[in-house]
Amino acid sequence: MSDTATLSPTSLGNAPYDVERVRQDFPILTRLVHKRKGRPGKPLVYLDNGASAQKPRQVIDAMSHLLENDYANVHRGVHFLSQRSTDLYEGTRDKVAAFLNAPSRENIVFTRNATEAFNLLAQSWGRRFLKAGDAVLISWMEHHANIVPWQLLRDQIGIEIKVVPVLDDGSLDMSAYAQLLTDNVKLVSITHASNVLGTVNPAKRIAQLAHAKGIPVAFDGSQAAVHQPVDVQAIDADFYVFTGHKLYGPTGIGVMYGKMEHLNAMPPWQGGGDMISTVSFAHTTYREAPYRFEAGTPAIVEGIGLGAAIDYVTALGMDAIHAHEQRLLAYATGRLSEIDGVRIIGTAPDKAAIISFTMDGIHPHDIGTLLDSRGVAVRVGRHCAEPLMDRFGVGATARASFAAYNTEAEVDALVDAVLATKSFFG
Amino acid sequence: MFDDLRDLYQEVILDHGKNPRNFGKPESYNRTARGDNPMCGDKINVYLTVDGNGIIQDLRFDGRGCAISQASASLMTEILRGKPAAEAEALFEYFHDVCTKDDDEQGVHENLDEDATDKLAVLSGVREFPMRVKCATLAWHTMKAALHGDPVTSTENSAF
Repeated sequence: MSDTATLSPTSLGNAPYDVERVRQDFPILTRLVHKRKGRPGKPLVYLDNGASAQKPRQVIDAMSHLLENDYANVHRGVHFLSQRSTDLYEGTRDKVAAFLNAPSRENIVFTRNATEAFNLLAQSWGRRFLKAGDAVLISWMEHHANIVPWQLLRDQIGIEIKVVPVLDDGSLDMSAYAQLLTDNVKLVSITHASNVLGTVNPAKRIAQLAHAKGIPVAFDGSQAAVHQPVDVQAIDADFYVFTGHKLYGPTGIGVMYGKMEHLNAMPPWQGGGDMISTVSFAHTTYREAPYRFEAGTPAIVEGIGLGAAIDYVTALGMDAIHAHEQRLLAYATGRLSEIDGVRIIGTAPDKAAIISFTMDGIHPHDIGTLLDSRGVAVRVGRHCAEPLMDRFGVGATARASFAAYNTEAEVDALVDAVLATKSFFG
Repeated sequence: MFDDLRDLYQEVILDHGKNPRNFGKPESYNRTARGDNPMCGDKINVYLTVDGNGIIQDLRFDGRGCAISQASASLMTEILRGKPAAEAEALFEYFHDVCTKDDDEQGVHENLDEDATDKLAVLSGVREFPMRVKCATLAWHTMKAALHGDPVTSTENSAF
């Protein structure tokens, strides 16, 4: 898509949020599911956005337009298309920087996803700056992506992992957090918003308390960055991670923001092409950050798709998306709470539009199958957060997570399906 | 209300799911194993008493799971009691086919107790729900692991 104006969503300007116009941008939302012989199928009610969001036509078109018109490898060719692809791909770095309000484009490291970003953080920053006996402070509500990379590092160099507990309503225990910031803690790595509870953690306060002790802070923004505006400078994050596919972009592209003082001090973690300045068999020198962290041909098409996704949400306005989703969250919370036997896990005051719930006597897997038969797609299971499930004494939950294109009518469809499920097993 | 799901959630399954038979850890047993389904967090324990002639004299289970996995475990305990361990494994092979293959694609399963195969057929509905096959087979994998002396099995094992 050579003209960025054509990437804009159909709903623009200062008009009230028009969710029906937003929906028109997402081709998949018109499809019917479970269409079989003699059966008309059911309209899709997609409430599994926390796992992955659907893609607007603007993203799909940007990627296919690239492949049909502008595609070549990046960073190395002198020919026309290589330059064209490089400009588009590197353009996404500018867009991400603006999206997070990063000071510069050099703060933005591309990764495969959020998981890879945490592995990069652990293997590059962690191995350079941590030693046996040092601790990384995470929280009880972390996704496995922000647990397991630190465990791998623990097994490699003997660090300690400390865990901030979660209160019964799903809030982070901030007084415990303050107490856990002991002398051996050298990094705080905490989610900005929980993928299970929806809790939005007080990122700025978390960073303030850590910085008062000279401890840098990394945030997992995989859920937060898709639901609300994020300003890494206002938060004063040292690192901030998110993934493209939950932000209406393609899979295979993620982001790690880092302050330059950190990125410049961090060694490469994967070696290969594109991340080097000079190579000889005796000695190789590496490029500056962020490029030294991006070995090999990157996810060019996906990176450009992410740029289109950021254009899209920026044009809608992250504030407007947030306000819309908060209305849905309040409505859905109210309606589900009225159902006897439904328990919502996570009732913190500040929540992203994510509702995990259980139903008395009905296993989440059965809930998921029954809802699905009515076209309602939710996630069931442990949501890659097994310690948190144990914390709340549940083996699994069902989770409805909302996006810019969801409607109150879809909340009603969810509630109707939950009621029907209850009577089916009743 | 859920017409599409009647094949999956037959009355027998709902009944066994709600009121599982032979549920709870017995006081004595001589074979046991735990089965994990990491996808949903379900865990199940199977306890067997196998006598000197290789006959399953008793089997019970506990643990948590969805209606499908609880019903499957419950049915399994009813079906396998009094059967030789070798027949239990043969029935599992049959059951695995029932859960994963259309009738005309299933292997040859001879000399099986017809009462048992008829009972197991109620779970054939999972065929249409590939994501739920592991729910149905978890108890059987766990039973087999117990017979083979493996303390733990998981749906994420490649053999599943």
